[in-house]
Amino acid sequence: MGLVMGTFSMQSNKQDRTYRKDKIDDDFEMSIVCHRPEGLDKLEAQTNFSKRELQVLYRGFKNECPSGVVNEDTFKQIYAQFFPHGDVSSYAHYLFNAFDSAHSGSIKFEDFVMALSILLRGSVREKLTWTFNLYDINRDGYINKEEMTDIVRAIYDMMGKYTYPALKTDTPKQHVDAFFQKMDKNRDGVVTLDEFILSCQEDENIMRSLQLFENVI
Amino acid sequence: MAAGVATWMPFARAAAVGWLPLAQQTMPKPPVDKTSRSDEILFVNVSGLRFQTWKNTLDRYPDTLLGSSEKEFFYNEETQEYFFDRDPEMFRHILNFFRTGKLHYPRHECIQAFEEELAFYGIIPEIIGDCCMEEYRDRKKENQERLAEDTEAENAGDAPLPPDATLRDKLWRAFENPHTSTMALVFYYVTGFFIAVSVIANVVETVPCRPLKGSVKDLPCGEKFSVAFSCLDTACVLIFSCEYLMRLYAAPSRCDFARSVMSVIDVVAILPFYIGLVMPENEEVSGAFVTLRVFRVFRIFKFSRHSQGLRILGCTLQACASELGFLLFSLTMAVIIFATVMFYAEKGTKGTTFSSIPASFWYTIVTMTTLGYGDMVPDSIAGKIFGSICSLSGVLVIALPVPVIVSNFARIYHQNQRADKMRAQQKVRQARIRMAKKGATNAFLQHKEDGGLQGGDSDSTALCVKNRSAFEHQHHHLLQCLEKTTNHEFTDEVTYSEVCMMDSVGFRTSRSTSLSSQQGATTTCCSRRSKRRAIRLANSTVSVSRGSVQELATLHITKTPVGTQYPQSRSNLNARTEDLKLNCDDYTAAIISIPTPPANTPDESLPNSPAIPGILRNSRSSTYNTQETVKISSL
Repeated sequence: MGLVMGTFSMQSNKQDRTYRKDKIDDDFEMSIVCHRPEGLDKLEAQTNFSKRELQVLYRGFKNECPSGVVNEDTFKQIYAQFFPHGDVSSYAHYLFNAFDSAHSGSIKFEDFVMALSILLRGSVREKLTWTFNLYDINRDGYINKEEMTDIVRAIYDMMGKYTYPALKTDTPKQHVDAFFQKMDKNRDGVVTLDEFILSCQEDENIMRSLQLFENVI
Repeated sequence: MAAGVATWMPFARAAAVGWLPLAQQTMPKPPVDKTSRSDEILFVNVSGLRFQTWKNTLDRYPDTLLGSSEKEFFYNEETQEYFFDRDPEMFRHILNFFRTGKLHYPRHECIQAFEEELAFYGIIPEIIGDCCMEEYRDRKKENQERLAEDTEAENAGDAPLPPDATLRDKLWRAFENPHTSTMALVFYYVTGFFIAVSVIANVVETVPCRPLKGSVKDLPCGEKFSVAFSCLDTACVLIFSCEYLMRLYAAPSRCDFARSVMSVIDVVAILPFYIGLVMPENEEVSGAFVTLRVFRVFRIFKFSRHSQGLRILGCTLQACASELGFLLFSLTMAVIIFATVMFYAEKGTKGTTFSSIPASFWYTIVTMTTLGYGDMVPDSIAGKIFGSICSLSGVLVIALPVPVIVSNFARIYHQNQRADKMRAQQKVRQARIRMAKKGATNAFLQHKEDGGLQGGDSDSTALCVKNRSAFEHQHHHLLQCLEKTTNHEFTDEVTYSEVCMMDSVGFRTSRSTSLSSQQGATTTCCSRRSKRRAIRLANSTVSVSRGSVQELATLHITKTPVGTQYPQSRSNLNARTEDLKLNCDDYTAAIISIPTPPANTPDESLPNSPAIPGILRNSRSSTYNTQETVKISSL
């Protein structure tokens, strides 16, 4: 737990610094050239999207973020629009980290599109790997109970206060326990990537639902 | 949800993959989007200015015209674009709203035009961005005030009363708008005169006159000529009471009227007299009664009905009530402070006039308003120092609220000026608009005169056609159909008023009255016509008027004669009306219901037919085809 806190605080420190840097960067926005993504062809090659789809995505992206990068605050604001009832800040934070693969503190269009490509057009293994990385907050290759609890609590936060049936305080914990019951094969208290993928492939529900989001664009 | 983030929906849905391993239940099926998802560029043509935008941009706001399927109504298949016949400059702002999500108000545009455009495109003005909201609200308020003024001016009662107005309504109108009728004007001036007389009498009453014979002391004129003055007073009070009672009777809402300021002033002005009547000749009571006579001076406020400037002043004071209140409050504070200080400063001086703090109030006020009577003067050094501070601060305290009051007065004064000017110009404006509108109706009547009624040969129609457009053709045809349907005909204002007059006068050959009525009614562009009629009348013994159409419904001239004569007759009309003789064999008393300009003068051979309002139709000269005339021989 202390380790988690330490790594978390370290990350937040870094993010604070980068955020502050971003803020200063924002002030200098006039003089600094906005970030421009790599060429369309290159992106098309790297992702599973067609040119038209990339164009549509970029237009939406650029409209919201004219400077070409999304920082965490904007990310949280955008995500909060979709879930007005609850508090999305923690989950959005984890999501931001998952998108920001280079840990630069801001999401560029390439990161955005890569992640979307995996999530929408990737193989099952790729999707599950991405999800594993989302859950693995400290990127140590293992999901432990604390990380999972954080994630689950963040997800429940998004529900807001008014739910049916009412949310009890130990619901996240129970959820995490059930999860570990399923995923942790060797009962060592952590879930590795292989355990995760294996367990998910065994679960019919999960496999089926992974197909659901194919045609989002 | 801000529509801008609608484009991030794919991202949000993709991110939902992260929940899947945790899900304890099966996920619901995703919605199937049947519409084509490929984004395309739409062309929007607004009065020739071509805009292009992505379909997604417009889809952001699905409850507007452009975002919903309503725009399909404007789709032009041939040019493959959406065509709107609206202002292209404004459309720029509308489209920017879709693009950026923020609506801006263009400062140089008229606010009503802008609001109309917004209403057309289905955008509510409340979403104007903060940067432009202030300006928008200010302009809107200004516009609304101006419109309220205009409608108020219109409804102010310059419009003629409905014919079924009761005596009460008429009376009220006469009181409120004295310039509407001469009686009201007379009344207005008479009351004004008597107010002046009453006030002057009150003043002169107290002037010392030469004493009576045999006495030394100067008498005030009131006592010397007490009979004369009391008669005058009684007369004035009687007139004022009558006026008040009449106003009370005529007021549409008596309670409101009784509560209004003017009515209170009226009552206060006449009350002392009546109280004096009922008061017994008691010594001590009459002393109090004498002070009541002071209230007679309130009669001067009755002048505010007669003077607009006074009313404006009253309005200003009302509007500046808060500033005046502040002035009063700050003055009171300063007075109390300085009075206290001066009292204690002068306490030591022997025989000082500052006997108490309230006594010092007088000094403070006189000093602060820089009057400086000099009846109370500080002697001690401290007193003098504080006295000078008092006078300096007085200047400041009084000078502060004054600009606010002045600016308020200026604003209200200018508003009134503008309202007056607007009212004066309104009449001219309305008259011009009416004339322009008349042009359209007259075109139809003119068209009928010109012989458009005949199905006719092309030769004649060629001349009659003049410059009428296809639209006019269709319009005239429509009006003709209506005439045929109702068995009535269109006529113009002058003739209609003539008929009304005729009906009211009772079918008399009142040449003079109809003449005068025509001359009076000649404000339209048909003056030429009425002039002709006037000339006709001068020579005729039969009063001419446009048909009381009900009587003459059976009559009709279906065809007009050959068209070539028209120009000839017209020119003849203008030249020598006397030369055109009426072919009287054809008409005994020809009653024709079509309103064509009667050109010829009916001459003496026409028998006098007083009983029938004859309408002479002589627009054509002798070549008028009689077989086409339905005659009624009435004699």
